[in-house]
Amino acid sequence: MTQTEDKNEVRQLTYSGAFNEGLRQVMAQDPDVFVVGEDVGIGGVFGAFAGVADEFGQHRAVDTPISEQAIVGLGIGAAVVGLRPVVDLMFMDFVMVAMDQIANQAAKLKYMFGGNAQLPLTITTSGGAGLSAAAQHSQSLEAFLCHVPGLKVVMPANPYDMKGLTVSCLREDNPTVLVQHKRMFGVKGEVPDDLYEVPLGVAQVVRSGNDITLVTYSRMVEESLKAADLLAADGVTCEVIDLRTVAPFDLDRVLDSVKKTNRVVVVHEAVRLGGLGAEIAAQIQEHAFDHLDARVGRVGAPFTPVPFSPALEALYVPDAERIAVEVRETLDL
Amino acid sequence: MQPTAETLHDLHRRMVRIRLFEEAAGRLFEGSRMPGFIHLYVGQEAVAAGVCGALRPEDQISSTHRGHGHLVAKGGDLNRMMAELMGKSTGYCNGKGGSMHICDFELNMLGANGIVGGGVPIAVGAGFANAYRGDGRVSVVFFGDGATNIGAFHEAANMAAALKLPVVFVCENNEYAEYTPRDRTMAIDDVVERASAYGMPGSVIDGMDAVAVYSATHEALDRARSGDGPSFLECKTYRYYNHHGVQTLGAKYRSDDEVREWQERDPIERLEALMVDQGEVSSDEIRTVWNDIQAEVDDAVRFGEESPLPNPSALLEDVYTVREGVSR
Repeated sequence: MTQTEDKNEVRQLTYSGAFNEGLRQVMAQDPDVFVVGEDVGIGGVFGAFAGVADEFGQHRAVDTPISEQAIVGLGIGAAVVGLRPVVDLMFMDFVMVAMDQIANQAAKLKYMFGGNAQLPLTITTSGGAGLSAAAQHSQSLEAFLCHVPGLKVVMPANPYDMKGLTVSCLREDNPTVLVQHKRMFGVKGEVPDDLYEVPLGVAQVVRSGNDITLVTYSRMVEESLKAADLLAADGVTCEVIDLRTVAPFDLDRVLDSVKKTNRVVVVHEAVRLGGLGAEIAAQIQEHAFDHLDARVGRVGAPFTPVPFSPALEALYVPDAERIAVEVRETLDL
Repeated sequence: MQPTAETLHDLHRRMVRIRLFEEAAGRLFEGSRMPGFIHLYVGQEAVAAGVCGALRPEDQISSTHRGHGHLVAKGGDLNRMMAELMGKSTGYCNGKGGSMHICDFELNMLGANGIVGGGVPIAVGAGFANAYRGDGRVSVVFFGDGATNIGAFHEAANMAAALKLPVVFVCENNEYAEYTPRDRTMAIDDVVERASAYGMPGSVIDGMDAVAVYSATHEALDRARSGDGPSFLECKTYRYYNHHGVQTLGAKYRSDDEVREWQERDPIERLEALMVDQGEVSSDEIRTVWNDIQAEVDDAVRFGEESPLPNPSALLEDVYTVREGVSR
């Protein structure tokens, strides 16, 4: 729907377009913000940086060699002397190539220098399976990042949050990893055209319910909402919480919901073993044990690399059906 | 650029400060009055002094695990350095970084680094910021011969050359990667050969000669400031002590004769001989310099020992920067 059709309707943008708009609006305000990475000068391989070089010049949309360590290092060095870099790592799998710079350097810099430095660095990347990109271009590796003190990790689930969280990341003085889900680039939603923030570390209840809480983030929000629809047919009402930021995650909002529903399932696309769901489940039982009427359920990918064949990949990625199965087990239905 | 008489005095003082600071730190470490690891810079003083003597205050340096000398040469406060090495709250990093993370952002010393080669990409990033702002600053990165075997170095060297950034790569070739001799870890005679692979001019410098290092650095800085991109200086030098700790002779991985040969070429004695020869200074004046700096180092040791340990609350502080007006 366009604005000419209905003046009251908020404009629609894609998930990817929302990122692009947030970035460009911040860049227009702050000359210290620039983008650096492979192919960002032509707009990025997924189009996330489309038009940035045209609007702000090549010196603010800097193409680099395929050198992930040096790309992140460039961002760290520029940030520590006061610029506000946006470093693109294209695929989340490539985070592992740059892990020394991310985990040993960026994350620790402020602390090990006694608070005498800060790092306004945003790392953007795209994670998630579903495009038959196979084992090295499909992973959800947020648990690696969340385990490192000093990093923030942000995983938007819709275009509105994507823009607001992008703006917040770019205004952070901490190293922050903004993870887009590559299966959602074309997803459309209402996005205001003004510059706004969605605060980091604040979850959102995206569906209210009384029987069970689904704690989730990124593309699994959509699957969890579908699962809630399936379960509603059985008379089960699910409360769905979108964490939005996974490090630090909004424990208070999760606990408030668990105290209401007394049952909870944590849902993520990442491998279940050692995943973020394990930590969230542990913290729920530490802080709300007496409120729980059942063990905390978990939904995640099996303990395998991401397979290539669509037939296998469909079995790998959690979906609404599997979430509903776990909810029924947790509810003992 | 040949140094003036005043510059010779300056280089001399920088080197003596490093030597005496390191000898004192080594004694404290040996006497268990200093925790953790210690990688002493003794023997390599001409490199840090020669390079930092040629810099403007606003130029940045990035350092290594063997980083005390670089900070001293950049003008570091000996009290805060010694306190940091002792893990005291008055130290440069409030006792939370120690020897391998010592830094002074006001002096544009962007930090030592515990990961070999890990600081090289970061230094290139500072160089990028200098070019982005067009402020004429140069980012200088120190690293060892061993660091040129790690991928981060190669990525960063290529990046700096490809983007034509104002960076000077200073390789301190002390011939050992920890305890392994260089000829067993690379099949080239000079580390500088690697520079040409990235289209970067490089030169081999006698790293025991502060004047030679100073002059070569000036040329590299001029090139960087003119927008012509990075340069590579291989300074051939030697570490008197082992990779870690305070042992000099009697090691299995190198001969005592080799150590003594390098000590014969001591960089401080060499500069002093030159200064006396040129009639710039008398041996009495040299002695005064040593005595004055020794008193300063003694004060630093006292300052460190008398300083309080960090408050327990410091454990949880400074993991994140908290944004004003935002609750999380």
